[in-house]
Amino acid sequence: MSVLDSKIPEGPRAEKWTRHKGNIKLVAPHNKRKLDILVVGTGLAGASAAASLAELGYNVKTFTFHDSPRRAHSIAAQGGINAAKNYRNDGDSVHRLFYDTIKGGDFRAREANVHRLAEVSGNIIDQCVAQGVPFAREYGGLLTTRSFGGTQVSRTLYARGQTGQQLLLGAYSALNKGIHSGQIKSYTKTELLDVVVIDGVCRGIVVRDLVTGKLESHFGHAVLLCTGGYGNAYYLSTNAKNSNVTAAWRAHKRGAFFANPSFVQVHPTCIPVSGDYQSKLTLMSESLRNDGRVWVPKTPGDKRHPNQIPEEERDYYLERIYPAFGNLVPRDVASRNAKYQCDEGKGVGESGLAVYLDFRDAIKHFGRPTIEARYGNLFDMYKKITDEDPYEVPMRIYPAVHYTMGGLWVDYNLMTTIPGLFALGEANFSDHGANRLGASALMQGLADGYFVIPYTIGEYLAGISFTKTPTDHPAFKTVETEANQRLERLLSIKGSLTVDEIHRRSGKILWDNCGITRNKADLAKALDEYRAMRELFWKEVNIQGSSQDLNQSLEKANRLADFLELGELMIQDALHREESCGCHLREEYMSPEGEAVRNDDAFCYAAAWEHKADGGWNLHKEHLKFENVKLVQRSYK
Amino acid sequence: MSANYINITVEVWRQPGDKAQGRFETYSLQNISTHMSFLEMLDVLNEQLQKEGKEPVAFDHDCREGICGSCGMYINGRAHGPQELTTACQLHMRTFQDGEHIVVEPWRARAFPVLKDLVVDRGAFDRIQQAGGFVSIDTGSAPDANEIPIPKPISDYAFEAAACIGCGACVAACKNASAMLFVSAKVSHLALLPQGQVEKRERVKAMVAQMDAEGFGNCSNTGACEAECPKGISLSNIARMNREYLSAKLSQKQYDK
Repeated sequence: MSVLDSKIPEGPRAEKWTRHKGNIKLVAPHNKRKLDILVVGTGLAGASAAASLAELGYNVKTFTFHDSPRRAHSIAAQGGINAAKNYRNDGDSVHRLFYDTIKGGDFRAREANVHRLAEVSGNIIDQCVAQGVPFAREYGGLLTTRSFGGTQVSRTLYARGQTGQQLLLGAYSALNKGIHSGQIKSYTKTELLDVVVIDGVCRGIVVRDLVTGKLESHFGHAVLLCTGGYGNAYYLSTNAKNSNVTAAWRAHKRGAFFANPSFVQVHPTCIPVSGDYQSKLTLMSESLRNDGRVWVPKTPGDKRHPNQIPEEERDYYLERIYPAFGNLVPRDVASRNAKYQCDEGKGVGESGLAVYLDFRDAIKHFGRPTIEARYGNLFDMYKKITDEDPYEVPMRIYPAVHYTMGGLWVDYNLMTTIPGLFALGEANFSDHGANRLGASALMQGLADGYFVIPYTIGEYLAGISFTKTPTDHPAFKTVETEANQRLERLLSIKGSLTVDEIHRRSGKILWDNCGITRNKADLAKALDEYRAMRELFWKEVNIQGSSQDLNQSLEKANRLADFLELGELMIQDALHREESCGCHLREEYMSPEGEAVRNDDAFCYAAAWEHKADGGWNLHKEHLKFENVKLVQRSYK
Repeated sequence: MSANYINITVEVWRQPGDKAQGRFETYSLQNISTHMSFLEMLDVLNEQLQKEGKEPVAFDHDCREGICGSCGMYINGRAHGPQELTTACQLHMRTFQDGEHIVVEPWRARAFPVLKDLVVDRGAFDRIQQAGGFVSIDTGSAPDANEIPIPKPISDYAFEAAACIGCGACVAACKNASAMLFVSAKVSHLALLPQGQVEKRERVKAMVAQMDAEGFGNCSNTGACEAECPKGISLSNIARMNREYLSAKLSQKQYDK
């Protein structure tokens, strides 16, 4: 019998959220004032949650390692946000958004959560527009939409190629409103080092002031981790350089289960690696696939300039293999097909690890001004990075690690297995199954923060005492001491390798063996190599400076220490899941056409891993049940 | 295009802490690929320094895609370096010549104290926005998004003002260390939109008051801010903010408590 209680409400799928809201316990206004909530991370999920909870009257503190809450990595999302508004009259509905998301996730997400997500998707747009988010509009003054991969309706709202920026600035303005009213206290350049659990209940956090190096404890009746994903485990990813897993991982080590860690989305349209010094990878929005055509030369090793390769010698392989969706197949399908083409020697560019994304035909059809209006800023960014003009020469693209569907296991109320500790946005596992559809991350972050947690947190807070634990309680002091000891230990190693040298190597092990495709033999081998890398880290890392001031190498090392534990669990999880689903493609479980073959009888569950005190993990399974949804083989042909 | 390799020297401002005395130090770097970004060049420098047992250069950075606004430094006397409409993270080494000497300094402004090396405290920008840079609407109370039609050109203008990344280059580029371009972009974004009308007078007054309190200088219309802004925020925002401010002040008696 599993210890997991997902707390999915009773009743038909489409009525669960409404019923739940009607039954959820409420905290009276005069009691909200007595409750402190700590929000860690100020991206879309964190800022929207903090603002909304403060409006309700809770005392909120926010924490970010950035110098401003507005710099969280949500800011970099380009393409858009989905909403079941049906503004286009093209047949969209809550049900269709729900179904596309559950199918896109290859039937490995919890259906009740996904339906709730689709239900609140329209409210998010209303809220954002009211805040002043300047979404793209038609000449009539109403909102416009575009289509995105994996769907056949046009439901994605956007603000040029900077949708994440505009949504985050909206959430940040709501946060500022709370700071202005005194209901929120904001801590910047302050990083979580650990969570404090007393008698099995989360009661606070220990943070480090990144400028002074000082450790400090904060008490909270509830703690919300809105700390994003762990794609930087691979070193190279589209994540911002400082994105890390530390908050989620410290929580995991203190008792929060970590679900589906191997479900990592590799985004098909990124700028390829150009050299060993590469520090991160840059995404080119998936929206480009609306008008760009993906191709490789038909002949392996064809080194001609792309503009000299005639039409009949080009293979528009996505259009050929998937005539129904063409270049708009979901991300996992596009990524693995790019890899297959490169594996056959048809890759282009100096490294041979790239395919073309060509706008020649779109420019011919719509004219350059239209293409400029749609993608101008993306084309400029591409040119700055590569020194090539995509209006003249096809873009070169290659898949890169982008988003992690896995994360802390949460119940329907977004609470982890530690009472009082919640996880929102990319930090949790709940909504995207084994593959996330484009423009759904912004939707989920804001759904969790604006429209889910303000309700569901009441279920927990209404049942607890208002008493506050003083931060000189021995439990806080113990965690502070442990955190401090870890930093001093890292500084004392004084080995021969820099943090980045080790991170590049450990990341490459994951990319080579736990990346776009996986197989048992490679994963087993990677497990040993990865453990060796962790030992190397604790023996050979070399960090200059002290813990008493701004020390960016120490910050990086402290984060890498956690990645090096998480990576092992990612490999374990990929090894145990003997099926292919979504982004998890096991080479042993493929159809003859190279498509993912699920094993619903054995693996239709979320894998929630419990950390054992002696190291290692116990697996708990949350079996996924679907109401009137046929678990079909995904087909985009 | 294939990469070239260049040798350069970089002269970097080193300052151990906010109270400490700073100084320039010069380092040479060999075989720098011209495909590297400027920050990747600093990464290479930092690896080299650590191998020599020295502390790496502290600098703020995060997305490295030109959107988070974390990075910001003076490069050869210009905010974010020589390339227009480009943040330091999107500046590439192909902009520099073999043998070039590159001077790197932090933003210099009284309202942006140096914390360490190239890292400055831009908390003043947050405080200005906390003073009133928002629409006071609570979650859940919004009408349907399409009940607020907005002419496309107005929406586009608002977007262009809202595209500011808050990096601080405008302040650093200004001889008076004025924050007018930043604040005016924030004011304009909401002043242009119908959603921002209700509170527009209070907003501009509160934000300007906070700007003054933070110790930023005055605007003398030299336009260095616009020239150096990596996102091309227009000087016309300053004119708009001045109008908004004046009109808010003139109607003070009518609207103020």
